[in-house]
Amino acid sequence: MLEVSGLTVDYILDRGNVRAVDDVSFTVSRGEFLGIVGESGCGKSTLLFAVAQLLAPPAEVAAGTVTFDGTNLVGLTDGQLSAMRWRDMSVVMQSAMNALNPVKTIGAQFKDAMRAHGKFTGQEITTRSADVLKMVGIDPVHLGSYPHQLSGGMRQRSMIAMAMLFTPDLIIMDEPTSALDVVAQRSLMVQIKELQLAFGFAVIFVTHDMSLISHFSDRLMVMYAGQVDELGVTKTIFDRPLHPYTQGLLEAFPSIRGPRVPLKGIPGNPPDLSRVPSGCRFRPRCPYAIDKCAELAPDLYPLDGSLVRCLRREDGSLAS
Amino acid sequence: MAMPVSGVPTETPATQAPELGSARALGRIGRAVRLNRKATIGAVLLGIFILIALFPGVIAHDSPTQDAYAPQLGISTAHLLGTNHYGQDLFAQLVYGTRNVLIIAFVVGLATTGIAVLIGVAAAYLGGLADSSLNVVTDVLLVIPLFPLLIVIAAYAHGGTTLVLIAAITLTSWSYTARQLRSQALTLRNRDFLEAARVRGERPLYIILVELIPTMTSLLVAAFLTNALYAVLFASSLQFIGLGDPNTVSWGTTLYWAENNAALQTGEPLWAIAPGFLIATLGAAFALLNYAFDEIGNPALRPVRKVRKKKGNEERAG
Amino acid sequence: MRYALRRLGFFVVTLWIALTLNFMLPRLMPGNPALAMMSKFHGELSPKALNALEILFGVNTKESLLSQYFGYLHQILTGNFGTSLSQYPASVSSVIGSAIWWTLGLVGIATFLAFVLGTGLGIVSAWRRGSKLDSVVPPTFVIVSAIPYFWIAMVLVLIFGLTLHWFPSQGGYYVTTDTPGLNFTFFQDVLNHAFLPAVSLLIATIGTWILTMRNTMITTLAEDYVRMARAKGLPNRRIMLDYAARNAILPNLTGFAMSLGFVVSGAILIEYVFNYPGVGYMLLQAVSSEDYPLMQGLFLLITVAVLFAILVADVLTALLDPRTRTAR
Repeated sequence: MLEVSGLTVDYILDRGNVRAVDDVSFTVSRGEFLGIVGESGCGKSTLLFAVAQLLAPPAEVAAGTVTFDGTNLVGLTDGQLSAMRWRDMSVVMQSAMNALNPVKTIGAQFKDAMRAHGKFTGQEITTRSADVLKMVGIDPVHLGSYPHQLSGGMRQRSMIAMAMLFTPDLIIMDEPTSALDVVAQRSLMVQIKELQLAFGFAVIFVTHDMSLISHFSDRLMVMYAGQVDELGVTKTIFDRPLHPYTQGLLEAFPSIRGPRVPLKGIPGNPPDLSRVPSGCRFRPRCPYAIDKCAELAPDLYPLDGSLVRCLRREDGSLAS
Repeated sequence: MAMPVSGVPTETPATQAPELGSARALGRIGRAVRLNRKATIGAVLLGIFILIALFPGVIAHDSPTQDAYAPQLGISTAHLLGTNHYGQDLFAQLVYGTRNVLIIAFVVGLATTGIAVLIGVAAAYLGGLADSSLNVVTDVLLVIPLFPLLIVIAAYAHGGTTLVLIAAITLTSWSYTARQLRSQALTLRNRDFLEAARVRGERPLYIILVELIPTMTSLLVAAFLTNALYAVLFASSLQFIGLGDPNTVSWGTTLYWAENNAALQTGEPLWAIAPGFLIATLGAAFALLNYAFDEIGNPALRPVRKVRKKKGNEERAG
Repeated sequence: MRYALRRLGFFVVTLWIALTLNFMLPRLMPGNPALAMMSKFHGELSPKALNALEILFGVNTKESLLSQYFGYLHQILTGNFGTSLSQYPASVSSVIGSAIWWTLGLVGIATFLAFVLGTGLGIVSAWRRGSKLDSVVPPTFVIVSAIPYFWIAMVLVLIFGLTLHWFPSQGGYYVTTDTPGLNFTFFQDVLNHAFLPAVSLLIATIGTWILTMRNTMITTLAEDYVRMARAKGLPNRRIMLDYAARNAILPNLTGFAMSLGFVVSGAILIEYVFNYPGVGYMLLQAVSSEDYPLMQGLFLLITVAVLFAILVADVLTALLDPRTRTAR
């Protein structure tokens, strides 16, 4: 349904271009839940906006295609995209307080979305709006409320409701839970999963919280410094993480039931994207780096059903 | 005169690192001026005016006040802008008048910014009752229309000398800048580097002078430029309507005499138009520099290259 | 509600300060200007008028400063602004009354047009960042807004009034041939005379409207809800107006009102150049004829007008922004 191939996004700045997304490829099938994890600044949000064709200057797509239902979205004008927007693909953003227009009621914003994509009577709009709100557990009376009058969790859920107005094939979510407390996070995730199973839409879910995503996503993509470092079935990655970065991420989260082990973080910081290290980008922080890692930049390599970007995995010198 | 352009955020985003030390900040400003085209034009114009003010005798060979020539001569090589009704060389008048204008601009600009720093930063730092009372004073002065107030003051003073003009304008125009600086200081007040200074045991005055103020350098420069601009416009307007000292040589007073003698109507338009043009140019120089500083301080405002979407389904070359 | 009361309180305070300034200034100036003025008009005034002046300026009284002050406040608050000296025996209020309509018309229409055109241009300019429009508009109006108001007026007078003779360059109407009245010729005459002054004011003030709106619009366009609106596939015009402009204009309303002080200043100068019989022209006449009561009355009027405009802008902002409406 969605095929991203070689997507590359650059930020055009005065001091030179910065490559925020470097040659990223993945697919999403119907009804699939794909999680994308990575540290702040790894390019995952930029990637998301690039897929949804929502980049704004100075960011622009430098290369690659985004094929959605057979059509390449890259390079289409807003007019050409509007038919697909919200009907087939919708977006949920990180902070609902910022993503909802503060001077319009929730209902008015739902109405805007509906009216942009077809002729509906007022009654039809109200009914549908009320229905989607009920789906996420919000009383339809709030159609008349302003965003600042709702709690954080309610705002987030109303954004999800808005995304479901046309039951699209794909909903892209950019860290929708990051602004919530742990309990609200969990209940929101459960709700999203329930809706997904009930209506069969695909989800691309970006987060930095690996433990959260692990229970809900079918497949997982790990990003680092603008590149995909590992991509595979979630359970497989959790049981047997291939890339040293993925291992590091998993080891940073203590298990509640397992034995007490000292927490290991990943030393160092993600690189400045305008000055990436030579060879493998993770090399400065990798406990298994060898000389070759500084000279050759690894490509994605298929291994045991997953894709991994690591020289030592490629040549087999790193055993699990 | 111009109106304040609001809407430019005056608060430093929390993620932006503070400028370290005034010397480095000034160096950065210098580089930014060179790179930004608007700033360069503004700076060059200002530089020309400063040169003219410093060395008027070099540029104009006639005396500005002596009515030594035949009146109402047209433009010629001897009199680049002709002579006025009284037989004075207009070009010389304007050249010599530059000094008065620039003195007013710089003195008022500096003094106003200075007062604004004192009041704005003190209000932000002291907080509480001091803050509230200073705020009331600032806000009231912000709301009372300044030019009418200046007219009233100057009227009672029966037309002021340049010093009176400077004093009156300075004492009434500091409020906008004070408010800007206060909100900036409030934003910065709790930043880590200030906290570190506090923990080190530095005294509040030291923190304010050495740590806080240097980080607001670009705002201070912008404030100076704005205040200098308003000083020029206010002062020349007051001189124009006869409330300056009509015997000083300045662009505004030249305008006053021109208006008094109905220069436009009696076929001596240059007498009225030329000084106004100079005021406009100097004002434009300050305004361009100021606008460029807005862009330097707030990168969101910088010019962007428009991303042209290709119509149709073309793939971008990799 | 509490917010409204606080603002109202602030205005009362400002008004009080303006009144106090009016009271204190002539007393603070060296060489008591009031004394000079009064001796100039001495022979022409009735004893009652003279007395009122003495209260107003504290000349020749043995009363304490404080009792003068309260006497002054009492006078003002009962609507007695004194008698005009240059137009004796007309009261200050009646003299102002004759001029105020001219200024209201001029400033009102010019400001309204400047606001509508300026805001519109600012919105479109920000929406089309990087286009040719946007590379031309901001620098042009940065320069235009630094040009002294009176110079614009003079240039227009020179070109359109005196050289091309398209419009009259003086006055509010042809004083010699016309009498004020509700007839068509008079209206035509008025419009004719008001055209150049209005255009001057328009050119002079539109720059700030454009630049401020553009700046806030640019910041607003970077907001997530605008990106969200794009994601929803809403038509561009709706995004630009309903999502961006409606939010961008809110912080500007009060700023617009505050800049009215500058609009008024500009009106003063433009009326002066055009000899346009409005409040500004009258103020300058009062200054040159040392008619201090009239001058004070006009200063108060101008201050009150600006305060009123700010109050209106505050109310508008509160009404338009649902967040303040439901605030505690």
